[in-house]
Amino acid sequence: MADIEKDSHHIIRYPKLVMVWVFLLLLTGLTVWVSRLDLGVLHVWGSLAIAVMKAFLVIAFFMHMRYEGRLLRGLLLLTLVTLAIFIGFTFFDLSYR
Amino acid sequence: MIRKMEKEYAGAKLGIWLFLFTEILLFGGLFLLYATYLSSYPREFAIAGREMHLGFGTANTILLITSSLFAAMSVTAVQQGEIRKVLNLLGATIICAMIFLVNKYFEWSSEIGHGFYPDSPRFSAGPIGEALFFSLYYLTTGLHGFHVLAGVGLLTVVALKVRRGAIHAGDYVLLENSALYWHLVDLIWIFIFPLYYLVL
Repeated sequence: MADIEKDSHHIIRYPKLVMVWVFLLLLTGLTVWVSRLDLGVLHVWGSLAIAVMKAFLVIAFFMHMRYEGRLLRGLLLLTLVTLAIFIGFTFFDLSYR
Repeated sequence: MIRKMEKEYAGAKLGIWLFLFTEILLFGGLFLLYATYLSSYPREFAIAGREMHLGFGTANTILLITSSLFAAMSVTAVQQGEIRKVLNLLGATIICAMIFLVNKYFEWSSEIGHGFYPDSPRFSAGPIGEALFFSLYYLTTGLHGFHVLAGVGLLTVVALKVRRGAIHAGDYVLLENSALYWHLVDLIWIFIFPLYYLVL
């Protein structure tokens, strides 16, 4: 199942992609199951944690980010940090009003 | 010549990713709105959230994840020069997207039929939090729906180009970038699904 390198382009083999898909389906099942449990506010954090895991799988494998260079990875990080700052700072404001 | 092609390829990839980052921030703004309204109206959000159809949400999640798999496989197929397979996979991606939109139509029809729409008699009489939940729900899933529609258009153009031979194993950046756009549509849904269908 080793992937292939061709002129700096990374080719991901079909079985690996199918495996990522299976994991995504399992996580979807898990998140629906968790939502039925009586966990209170943990629901929100549990569901978000599973969503982040799914997002990681999609970005890393389906979107080939695992095989990209420093520039794209750095920009992705910058975007996520920006998003975290504007959500985080809004909540600093909201929580201490 | 090879070096110049490589630079063009890297530039095209950088371009699509920059666009995708702006999309993440756009939907990020809507998720921020959701989070702030949820913290201000937790009880109303919980009541409104119970009206959502989990079945539609789950079916559409599975459809988008599967369509994303087909899109990712189509990139592998074009890299290996399997043109017939590329066309089949793109077709399968587009069919999943269409079924997603048909589901959306039935889901929204049912909700509107139950009196959940902005400025409906039910919302004008009730507390503001429930109306806010549904306004935000229609805005977010509606904008996402437009992205699905745009993705269908884009993937159709790409499929036609593949058939004409304009996209092939030696030059496939347009297919790869369209697949990236499609994965983003999936990615946004991965967050819409728990927020609107599960956590409340």
